Amino acid sequence: MTNSANKTARAQFEHVSLAFDTPKGKLQIVDDVNYVINDGDFIAVIGPSGCGKTTMMNMLAGFQKPTGGRVLFDNVPVQGPGPERGVIFQEYGVFPWLTVRQNIAFGLTLHANRVAPSEREAICDHYLSLMGLSDFANSFPKHLSGGMRQRLAIARAYAVKPQFLLMDEPFGALDAQTRANMQNLLLQVLAAEGKTVMLITHSVEEAIYLASRIVVVTARPARIKEIIEVPFSYPRDESIHERPEFGQLRSYIRELVMSEYRAQQAQTSFSE
Amino acid sequence: MKADGVKRLLLGAIPWLGAIALWYAVRMSGIVNPSLIPAPHAVAMKFFELLTHEGLLVDVWASTRRVTLGVLLGIAAAVPVGFLLGWYRPARTLADPMINFFRALPPIALIPLVIVYFGVDETAKLVVLFYAAFFSGVIVMYEGVSQITPLYIRVAQTLGASELEIFRKVIIPLTVPHILTALRVALGVAWATLVASELIAAQRGLGALIQNASTYFLLDIIYVGIICIGFVALVMDMILRAISKRLLVWQERAVA
Repeated sequence: MTNSANKTARAQFEHVSLAFDTPKGKLQIVDDVNYVINDGDFIAVIGPSGCGKTTMMNMLAGFQKPTGGRVLFDNVPVQGPGPERGVIFQEYGVFPWLTVRQNIAFGLTLHANRVAPSEREAICDHYLSLMGLSDFANSFPKHLSGGMRQRLAIARAYAVKPQFLLMDEPFGALDAQTRANMQNLLLQVLAAEGKTVMLITHSVEEAIYLASRIVVVTARPARIKEIIEVPFSYPRDESIHERPEFGQLRSYIRELVMSEYRAQQAQTSFSE
Repeated sequence: MKADGVKRLLLGAIPWLGAIALWYAVRMSGIVNPSLIPAPHAVAMKFFELLTHEGLLVDVWASTRRVTLGVLLGIAAAVPVGFLLGWYRPARTLADPMINFFRALPPIALIPLVIVYFGVDETAKLVVLFYAAFFSGVIVMYEGVSQITPLYIRVAQTLGASELEIFRKVIIPLTVPHILTALRVALGVAWATLVASELIAAQRGLGALIQNASTYFLLDIIYVGIICIGFVALVMDMILRAISKRLLVWQERAVA
């Protein structure tokens, strides 16, 4: 997936900071974050919860503006959300008033990426079968399980063919089995369609299994602690979990994250 | 399926039969002077007499039309106002106290003023019903709209939706349940206000029927009027519920 011969920067964080003014003073969420996501990269951002990972993603998605520095997408500062940056939310955000098929078709009915009805149906059919939702095409989301809702959210985001995907702990609420299935499905789709991904996650295993590079973030304010290249090539399968390098990397990253977690605990107890 | 329907009908009939039995029981127990409680069969006979000779249907129609018109106009105004208040927090801060002030005023207390400004004809009655429907509907609308989660809007934005598309394809579908609830609440309030609105020199209407009957102490007619109001309101609510069920099949909880 990573093609080192031809690396075009897709997303750039240039000395990005974000701070809020609160009655208690200035609250720094993100502090001087600097990194580049190249075309074809799969970046996993990992760090203690509440550290500002999601805020970073929100700035690239266009929901929040940095208070310092710049966030660039294709060399242009991000002004707002757009269909070229697909977002998969932690809470899924499946539209409850639309059927499964209508949810997938939603983006394709919009002016920004309108396609002919026949093509729209073809795209829907493709993702319905890819995500194993064909039997539920005409059901409403209330009849779906959590894993199915998540697959639907992913299908809906894929349908408009964004080259760049932002995923905020997409598998966080799923059981272990579904989670593993979803990870494998994601790898399959990426192998077939070649996208650039920024994944926010809590899970060290997930980050190593999926990502080409892992950005470890400090406790709030979020700074970059370390950027780690994952030494496995794509396509990957679950057997890499058994490799000794996987275990070593996992221990190493886990220690980094745990030390930040402890720092955050100390911070919280100090402020209380 | 059919047996199920019969069973439900029977179950639904039990409380009504119970109410009639209680009615007879109170009348026969002697707690209340029987001349102050007309017997259910006497009321039923009065009902048929009014229906065949006095044009009861004209009264039912006059009231139903007033209520329907008042509610439709009231909700037509309450939907955009409630939407603005729910959507823009500053608007709510600005208007909330005033809306609660007017909402607290019982429409019946406004009748003398309504007569002064709108006279005694049909407009005056509509104004009272409009008032009742608008303020009850506006609260339901803005409580509902203010609870719409921004998540769906964000999702639509990331899929490339324009402002107009977000409004048409996300906000409207999310608002429909609140409009239907507002209609149901307003309908209830409007029927409750009907008698008051027909205090204003009404010739026909169930409220007028009750008013006139009370002047001559015709208890059986009062009972007929009250029961008619209850039934028409019940039927209208059932129709609205059927519509809600159709429009809101997607909702998690069954529309009660």
